[in-house]
Amino acid sequence: MIDTVLLTLILFLPALGAAMLALPFFDSDEKSKHWMLINTIATFGLTLLLLGDFLELTNEQGFVPPLSERALATADGQNAPNDLVVRVPWISSSAFNIEYYLGVDGISLSLIVLTGLISVLGAAASFSVKKFTRGYCILFLLLETGMMGVFLSLDFFLFYIFWEVMLLPMYFLIGIWGGPRREYAAIKFFLYTLFGGVLMLIAMLGFYFNSDPNTFDIIRLQQIGQTTGPDAPFSPFFQRVMFVLLFIGFAIKLPAVPFHTWLPDAHVEAPTPISMILAGVLLKMGGYGLIRIAYPICPDGAYFFAVPVAVIGVVSIIYGAFAAMAQQDFKKLVAYSSVSHMGYVTLGIAVLPILSPVYYTWGMAGAMFQMIAHGISSAGMFFLVGVIYERAHHRDLNRFGGLMNIMPVYGALSIVIFFAGMGLPGLCGFPGEIFTVLAGFKFGAAFGIIAAFGVILTAGYILWTVQRVYLGSNKQYEGTPDITTWETLTVLPLVFLSILLGVYPDLLLGWMAPDVEVLVRDLTDYGRSLTDVVTAAK
Amino acid sequence: MLTTESLHHYWHTLTGPGGDLRLFMPQFVLCLTIVLILLLRTFSDHINAKPFAFIGTVIGLLFALWNWMSASISHEPVNHELFGGMLVHDMFSIYMTVFLLAFAMATVVLTMLTGMPDTEDSADFTTLLLGSVVGMTLMASANTILMIFLAVEMASIPSYAMAGFLKARRASSEAALKFVVFGGASAGVMLYGLSLLAGMYGTIHLPTLAHEMLYQMTVTEEAFNPTLLLALVCFVVGIGFKLSAFPFHFWCPDVFEGAPAEVAGFLSVASKAAAIALLARFSLTLVGTYHHAPFEPEVWQAAIHAVGNYLSPVLAVMGAVTCTFGNLAAFGQTNVKRLLAYSTIAHAGYMMLALATLTVVGAKAVLFYLIVYFFMNLGAFAVVAFVRNVSGSEDLDAFSGLIHRAPVVTVAMSVFLLSLMGLPPLAGFVGKFQIFAVLYETGWYSLLVIGGLNTVISLFYYVNLMRVMIMTDAPDQAPIISLPNAGFATILAAIVIYLGILWNAPEQWSQIASTSLTRPERAVTHMEAPAADLVVEASPDKTGN
Repeated sequence: MIDTVLLTLILFLPALGAAMLALPFFDSDEKSKHWMLINTIATFGLTLLLLGDFLELTNEQGFVPPLSERALATADGQNAPNDLVVRVPWISSSAFNIEYYLGVDGISLSLIVLTGLISVLGAAASFSVKKFTRGYCILFLLLETGMMGVFLSLDFFLFYIFWEVMLLPMYFLIGIWGGPRREYAAIKFFLYTLFGGVLMLIAMLGFYFNSDPNTFDIIRLQQIGQTTGPDAPFSPFFQRVMFVLLFIGFAIKLPAVPFHTWLPDAHVEAPTPISMILAGVLLKMGGYGLIRIAYPICPDGAYFFAVPVAVIGVVSIIYGAFAAMAQQDFKKLVAYSSVSHMGYVTLGIAVLPILSPVYYTWGMAGAMFQMIAHGISSAGMFFLVGVIYERAHHRDLNRFGGLMNIMPVYGALSIVIFFAGMGLPGLCGFPGEIFTVLAGFKFGAAFGIIAAFGVILTAGYILWTVQRVYLGSNKQYEGTPDITTWETLTVLPLVFLSILLGVYPDLLLGWMAPDVEVLVRDLTDYGRSLTDVVTAAK
Repeated sequence: MLTTESLHHYWHTLTGPGGDLRLFMPQFVLCLTIVLILLLRTFSDHINAKPFAFIGTVIGLLFALWNWMSASISHEPVNHELFGGMLVHDMFSIYMTVFLLAFAMATVVLTMLTGMPDTEDSADFTTLLLGSVVGMTLMASANTILMIFLAVEMASIPSYAMAGFLKARRASSEAALKFVVFGGASAGVMLYGLSLLAGMYGTIHLPTLAHEMLYQMTVTEEAFNPTLLLALVCFVVGIGFKLSAFPFHFWCPDVFEGAPAEVAGFLSVASKAAAIALLARFSLTLVGTYHHAPFEPEVWQAAIHAVGNYLSPVLAVMGAVTCTFGNLAAFGQTNVKRLLAYSTIAHAGYMMLALATLTVVGAKAVLFYLIVYFFMNLGAFAVVAFVRNVSGSEDLDAFSGLIHRAPVVTVAMSVFLLSLMGLPPLAGFVGKFQIFAVLYETGWYSLLVIGGLNTVISLFYYVNLMRVMIMTDAPDQAPIISLPNAGFATILAAIVIYLGILWNAPEQWSQIASTSLTRPERAVTHMEAPAADLVVEASPDKTGN
């Protein structure tokens, strides 16, 4: 029972907070902002509590039982008191069978904790918002519920609802509080994601009507999708079509080239806290969707399209890096670096035809690690860009310089965060990149080499940026106040985590490993059975 | 020979328990209300007729709900033919009667809130409104093609007058005239189609006609019957006009722009609902399965399939074009009512897509959609009326910066618009989801893709209106929308959200109502149709097997 309350609270506490903001009590901007901060901190606290519960959740062998086991046990009515799975019938009629169905494993949990953290930092960074503060806070909290819902849902219908729920707050947060071209950027974001959502909806209906009994249960669909043999309910052709639909839907969010064009606009126009959320959490939904839905449910599609997807991954890496290098706008540079960094995620997930559980684990775990690491470093980078933008009122890279001398604390924090983004060994960006590049190399030497070349390009644009912004000397900004205590407090957790995860990556990999291994085992087993069929036919 | 005894017998079948008139009470109450209002009118011009209309619709609604309740608890499926087969009383017609009466009631409430029309004209207005609603309920329960035509006309003619209700406005008169001309022409075409059907199959009784059609199709083994196609197309033209389906939609934007928002909302929901119900009943009766099939089931099934092949492509193409056209044309509109008119056209298209599958599940999705559409579209038109009352304009500009003047109404309007767009977790999404699910389930993937893309296109104009309301500055301090009005919008918005999250009950209702459409247990030859003998003679299987 406790887990039901806990998961539901994590999901709806922000929405509840948003509803309470409509009360007349919150008449001043300060009150609203503080309420928002308190609410996000409480939610973050609950996610940490959830993490504690998860780590205690061991079976006789001392392992955390995989999500599928827990979920199916719950379905059979053997609901363990604290198995972190919630299943309640929601819509059950002759035509539809939809559940309020939440559950966590290491993969989703790491993203849930990240969401909680980034939301707190985003709320802290929102204290500079001056326009329509109450509305801002309401939308911000609704957005958090949407994000949590995506990572918590195990029912495809529920997942889809939360996926779309988060669109509208985002539209307004960009469209009202954004930069000069905010309305254009906001509608572009809305349009791209809605389009992806429609494709996902079609795939969702496809899974529902081809499963027997009809279900939206993601865990059950994964099992159905991984069934092999001539009577498998999801035929190879069906899986391939559905895979393409899902992949486009998720790749838009990820964003992978060529579906990325909304991202630079949205990032540049969004206010700083929203950029942090966008880069820190929203992009991860795409990767999470691939890992949780597209790959396990359509493994045949995943094998069939492995090479194109890997190509999209490396193209994103290289294209994003070159595009970042060409930018004059500081924020746009960070935005394109996101495209490049998420390319490693795509590559790491794509390489499953190597058929080796060990090597594919590198790719999958690397992709997951990269998502978390990018969440930390890019949120930090966007925040730091926001800090300097508030002081200089422009983001032109060529007009900065010498900030290290003028704002030493700011400079030091920036160097850590930017180097973490660069993937310097010892900081959080490194493990994810190295794992995915190695897995890519196993998949095809060319992929590994090109992806590794991307690392060099990343170093190129980050170092060049550091040089142009922080080094040298510049009289113009003399006397600019250094980063304030509040701002330092906002970015410090990210700096701390960048170092911690860089030095001790096993902290994060430790939670995720069992679940990643289960997923990798299932997928490689499926691939082996495919090749067995082929060999037998010969 | 009429004797006292037989008269007494007839009287009893009309008024006795389960008698025709008893089941007809909802419509009967409306007729009485109309008469009462007209009588009151003779006493004084200054009696406000709206409360009478309200009470009348409430009583009618209670009778309709009573019908629903007693039909739900009855052990055998409710399926009576009323008045010698003219009307049919089944779950579907009760469902639609409840729906239409509830909407009439909501419209009366809305006109009470907006004060349009004023007391002096209220008697005229309510009479027309209720008369139109009676016609619409008849459309939903028509069982003969003669009744179809009469009901359509009965629903349409008061609408023409209502569209021109703002007598002083040129646009309103123009709209009414356009409506009459279009309506008259399409009604004529429909009548022609219906008369072809009656001539070909020798009956006006719809189930018999359907049976006869299938029978002849099996016997003659004709590959293609151009007369039948012409008849069906003519019928679809008439319905297409009522539904404002492309290419018979031209009246719709003009009428909506010219008519008061309350009337536009009424036409947009009630009139479309009645037309879609008629289309659902007509098409599903033609392809409905019958227990009394005189041939082997496979042969019969092939004939059903053949009839479906006439109807289904017409509806599919029309629906696809209609929703695409509506969504594209809505984008450039600067008048909000006009914008909502194109949105209405688009939604009629979505519903036609579901009906094009010619399945009970398709009808079920449409019936569910109607419930959702009731609240979101009424809400949108109500807000337009409220804004018109305070600003005197229905243009997009009148909505700019509305959030500063009327935050609650703006949020409610956003809920309606997003629901119309189909964004979860609002009711509109669930409605669309069910339609899409039916399209997938029945294998109409192309229609599914078209519907999905349309959702994306519709984003532009709905969000644009929201952008105007929320992201632009208010021109000046306009008076604030009154509390009851805001309350009305809030209640509707709350229902839209509620139905988006908990939709078990309406889904069940629509399920119950739609299953009664195929009527497998219905005896085919209720009326003395000459074809009936033919059927029995030519079916050796019936007795032989």
